[in-house]
Amino acid sequence: MKIMNIKVTFWRVLLVIIMILGVYSTYVRYFRGLGAVSNMNDQFPWGLWIGFDCLCGIMLAAGGFVISGAVYLFNIERLHSIIRPVILTAFLGYALFIVGLLFDLGRPWFIWHQLIYMNPHSVMFEVGMCVMTYTTVLFFEFLPNVFERFELKWPLKVVKAVMPALIVAGILLSTLHQSSLGSLYLIMPSKLHPFWYSPALPFFFFGSAIAVGLAMTIFESTQSAKALGRHLELPVLVTLGGALLVALWVNALLRFEDFFHRGMLSKIIQPGCEAYFLWLELLLAFVIPITILSFKKVRLSPKGLYLASLSAILGFVTNRLNISITAFETWAGKHFVPKWTELMITVSIIAMGFFIFAMCVKYLPIFEHGPGTVAEVEEPKLVRGE
Amino acid sequence: MSKAILYDSTLCIGCKLCEKACAEHNGLPYDDSIAAEATQSEHKFTVVLTENDHFMRRLCMHCEKPACVSVCPVGAFHKTALGPVVYDVWKCIGCRYCMVACAFAQPKYEWGSLNPRVRKCIMCPDLIKRGEATACAQACPTGATKFGERDQLLAEAQERINANPSNYVNYIYGKDEVGGTSVLLLSAVPFEQFGYPSIAKIGDKALPEYTGVIMEKVPDFIPLWTLVLGGIYWLAHRKEEVAAAEAIEKQGGVA
Repeated sequence: MKIMNIKVTFWRVLLVIIMILGVYSTYVRYFRGLGAVSNMNDQFPWGLWIGFDCLCGIMLAAGGFVISGAVYLFNIERLHSIIRPVILTAFLGYALFIVGLLFDLGRPWFIWHQLIYMNPHSVMFEVGMCVMTYTTVLFFEFLPNVFERFELKWPLKVVKAVMPALIVAGILLSTLHQSSLGSLYLIMPSKLHPFWYSPALPFFFFGSAIAVGLAMTIFESTQSAKALGRHLELPVLVTLGGALLVALWVNALLRFEDFFHRGMLSKIIQPGCEAYFLWLELLLAFVIPITILSFKKVRLSPKGLYLASLSAILGFVTNRLNISITAFETWAGKHFVPKWTELMITVSIIAMGFFIFAMCVKYLPIFEHGPGTVAEVEEPKLVRGE
Repeated sequence: MSKAILYDSTLCIGCKLCEKACAEHNGLPYDDSIAAEATQSEHKFTVVLTENDHFMRRLCMHCEKPACVSVCPVGAFHKTALGPVVYDVWKCIGCRYCMVACAFAQPKYEWGSLNPRVRKCIMCPDLIKRGEATACAQACPTGATKFGERDQLLAEAQERINANPSNYVNYIYGKDEVGGTSVLLLSAVPFEQFGYPSIAKIGDKALPEYTGVIMEKVPDFIPLWTLVLGGIYWLAHRKEEVAAAEAIEKQGGVA
């Protein structure tokens, strides 16, 4: 079916529906207030937007620093071919995180106060500054796509020259803010359920960012290969799968150590609401992906890698939602369920991300570039004029 | 030097005149229906709770080292020299980290507003500056809420317990909780009954110290980690340089 020359597909219809509901929810947010659009209240001052859009969003965009670290820092040539889509995803992820923040902040029009009324004791201040700077860094890492598309030779050279510094800065900033997202919760030992409150939270957040960065790259490479009908680069996925297995083991051991040292092992096995959520998280994040990745046959199959990554992603998303929502329920004495408009804003931000990603892939040399890299910008075919 | 409020619940008669005075001083509405509300909210900074003929006030504790002051990314909260923890609304970006961080859940939010503020008791800094007592202390007809120097009020609270040990649980709430607070409480029944978290739960350590241990490492971590990352880059790329140099040498040798 065609309407006004635009092909009507299931995904496009879904996108339009999501966007309409998203626009309505946005109206409610800015014309009726936070109380009307969400189920947040004085017991739950942070709801789905902080839990998913911020904590999970930043984690899901971690592929940017993990893969650029592997490619540029550790010089792992095999991964060169995926650096562009990964950087694009990270840049979009961070940009959309900022969009999400504009919904969540009560006074978003004062977001720039961060730059003038600084409070260096605040973890949130550190996260804010790092995210702001890192988004700028990602923008510059993304720029070669645009410069190539419009054949701007001179700016391309400049970006290429500063690329190593950008990469190092990107990893430094990511180390800081990925772990600091966990440090946000260090100040509330009495409010967070003991299953999730740990002095090691910053280490867990950094560790899970690396694992999810790898898992997301596998997931997204598989998805875009399917959607764009491209050939799947199996050696790349296998390398990532091996790294993911190691990252999951390290994360699992860290968690075990922590439960052991805090005397939690005997408590987490007793049934209860919190325990069920914890089991779900541990099952998805560790048990399933570690088990299936331990079979060599699975580790070499695209489907096995895809399922393991998906499970790990869902597991760590559950982990962060547990920390930001489930862990507060005992203290608050009630459950938190987001309102549908609150959920719609999150869903439409995600949909927006998919849409922009598809547009970028269509109009910018994200994949056509082949085995090229951000740094290898001076390929002869790009300066066709000469 | 630091001022404080001592609330002795054994003297309280539950008249709620403190609630009324608080609302009036802060320009908030107050009527019978609001008086009947048993929870604090953006329009009710203090509440007198009743349980089995025992009363208890809830209000901002004005911690000596407040979590809200430490967590606010734009420094909208600060602890004044006189004791009150005050809020500069024009700085606030509305992240609500203060609400999440407060162990006493004191900051409340204007959820229905399009330009929302964080609301809480600010201990009438305008009155204190003039040498007067807070509005609630001035309104209290029985002396249950008393305003004064923290040191003196602490001593007085201990004296009251010593003079009438059977009237009180032998505990001054706020003396040590989260590093001490500028609101001190005396009660005949355990404080937990009114939602006050016990010191066993919240500890006597100032909350900002929990994040301080991490934050103070950041300035050292930045140059160190940059060096490590730069080192890895150099090492990983040295292989190429060496290989290139060797290749040139070899060629040279052949030629």
